[in-house]
Amino acid sequence: MPVVEAVDLAKSFGETQALRGLDLTVERATVLAVLGPNGAGKTTAVRILTTLVRPDSGHATIDGIDVVAEPARVRARIGLTGQYAAVDERLTGRENLELIGRFFRQSGGRARERATELLTGFDLVDAGDRVVKGYSGGMRRRLDIAMSLVARPKVLFLDEPTTGLDPRSRLAMWELIESLVAEGTTTMLTTQYLDEADRLADSIVVVDHGTVIARGTPQELKDRLGGHTVTVDLLPGAGPETPAAVVAALAPHRTAGPVRHSDRHRVVVSVRADTTTPDVVHDLDAAGLVVADVTVERPTLDDVFMGLTGHGASENELTTENGTGTRTGTRSKNKTKTSSGAKP
Amino acid sequence: MTTQLSDSATDSGPVTDAEFVEPPQTVIWALRDSWNEATRHLRAVPRNLDLLIFATLQPIMFVLLFRYVFGGSISVPGFSYNQYLMPGIFAQTMVFGSGFTGIGLAEDLQRGFIDRLRSLPISQSAVLVGRTVSDLLRNLLTFAVMLAVAFAIGFRFEGGLVRGIGASGLLLFFSYAFSWIQALIGLSVKSVEAANSGGFLWMFPMTFVSSAFVPTEDMPSWLAKVADANPFTVATNAARALYNGNDPGSDVWQALAWATGITVVFATLAIRRFTRTASR
Ligand SMILES: Nc1ncnc2c1ncn2[C@@H]1O[C@H](COP(=O)(O)OP(=O)(O)O)[C@@H](O)[C@H]1O
Ligand SMILES: [Mg+2]
Repeated sequence: MPVVEAVDLAKSFGETQALRGLDLTVERATVLAVLGPNGAGKTTAVRILTTLVRPDSGHATIDGIDVVAEPARVRARIGLTGQYAAVDERLTGRENLELIGRFFRQSGGRARERATELLTGFDLVDAGDRVVKGYSGGMRRRLDIAMSLVARPKVLFLDEPTTGLDPRSRLAMWELIESLVAEGTTTMLTTQYLDEADRLADSIVVVDHGTVIARGTPQELKDRLGGHTVTVDLLPGAGPETPAAVVAALAPHRTAGPVRHSDRHRVVVSVRADTTTPDVVHDLDAAGLVVADVTVERPTLDDVFMGLTGHGASENELTTENGTGTRTGTRSKNKTKTSSGAKP
Repeated sequence: MTTQLSDSATDSGPVTDAEFVEPPQTVIWALRDSWNEATRHLRAVPRNLDLLIFATLQPIMFVLLFRYVFGGSISVPGFSYNQYLMPGIFAQTMVFGSGFTGIGLAEDLQRGFIDRLRSLPISQSAVLVGRTVSDLLRNLLTFAVMLAVAFAIGFRFEGGLVRGIGASGLLLFFSYAFSWIQALIGLSVKSVEAANSGGFLWMFPMTFVSSAFVPTEDMPSWLAKVADANPFTVATNAARALYNGNDPGSDVWQALAWATGITVVFATLAIRRFTRTASR
């Protein structure tokens, strides 16, 4: 049985249809990423699943319990980290954690013990007895997530956990989420960042205008939209006939469609998803061609998003600003290269 | 990470974890939740001493300004102006103190803390009860300081200690009732700034068009009618009579009825609003 199940959820705010028939499930001990641009309906979905908002229609269960019929029992099983860090600035980190423990009926001793555990686990021991007002953005986020875990929830909801964090805190947050996941925390997170979903999620639902427009594992989504390319860099002294010979040698791997790029120095062609670098090197060798370099590039989720929505996720300022910040130089270069040519 | 931070994949099946409590929705637990929430705010009071100091300086300033600036020019038959004025200032300070409730709730909403609280398996009304009770206790503190200053400049419980305490309790009850009006405002507006102006603006005419500072007989007759019908006038008159040992007539009962009615009506509205609202 899935831990989270949402069937045909719809919700409108006045004229705005925030959700129009959203379906999703989260299996035990997996991470589902709900990926979509600003205004897609991600937060509304999280609010419905965490009992904060009633759906207009459709239904949802957590651990088999209906979120509308038995909200109190659902609340006992979930942890919510909202889009903005919900910590009490006037209290210390420890007091924030103990407060939640007492709300979960923990005894004073147990609440203190659990607070210590979480402060240790979230690298907040030194800051634990300081007032939260002085915490950095990353520390607040960590405390926020720790507060969601006080009662060992069956499922953790993270609404845009890295939005607004600087690249370093963002990487740290990814590592933190990965370690939670490694322990088996069932997690549903929302994000506008393609690389984030790619890195953290077991499965992804892509949401736009309140509905799921694609779902699958990161790999499946990439495969479905194709976009694998081979780039062959030619030797400086290559003759004018070489590019055509390279294209011919790669014929067994190519997908339908024109050669993407070809000149005296470089050939780029679209290939099937199962193409590997050794395959390509082998075929070039067999044709007696000597080249400077061969790279097989997998499409990024940027390409996926472009293919699905017709508008790149990079339209979103946040993605372009921060999204590439933690990437290596080559990957971002690849990304621009593929997305510029991959428009279907 | 070595500590076990969350529910592990290995413990599958229905809920058996000892940490997992089915929330018993009993009155006792609702009260404990409320107190837990109240302590969240009370803990913060000594840490924001400057806030508390300013909150008490203002009424002290009022006490001194009215006493010494207007005191000479306003005369009230049957009273020294000091004995007449102080209960009015106490009453005004107490209802103004209720404004913190709306601002605090609007802040919690804006910061997303209300979402967090609403996602916990606690009594929903506890969040508002906790908030209003902590504001009541803070107002009690303000009141104590203000009384001390008033005593220093010659104010006395002329009706005796019991009535003096009764009058103070009545005003605190009024302040508590108004906290629920402010709670509804704080939950209904879109920002902290709006909670601030929306919460305080109407309290100025309410407290000045009343018997708090001058007898209503001195007002133009149409205004006097409004002032006499003002529940704030009723509460002020009741407290003033008790402090001075005069016969309050039916004012005490009327004031209690007003405070009870406001509390019941606005607590119902605010709690209903709360369960349907979400952080912005
Ligand atoms: N409380 C609300 N009142 C009015 N409109 C809302 C409210 N919450 C969300 N919306 C609207 O619903 C749509 C989806 O919002 P949201 O779920 O917050 O998207 P996301 O989290 O993906 O950015 C947006 O158009 C937003 O303006
Ligand atoms: Mg959102």
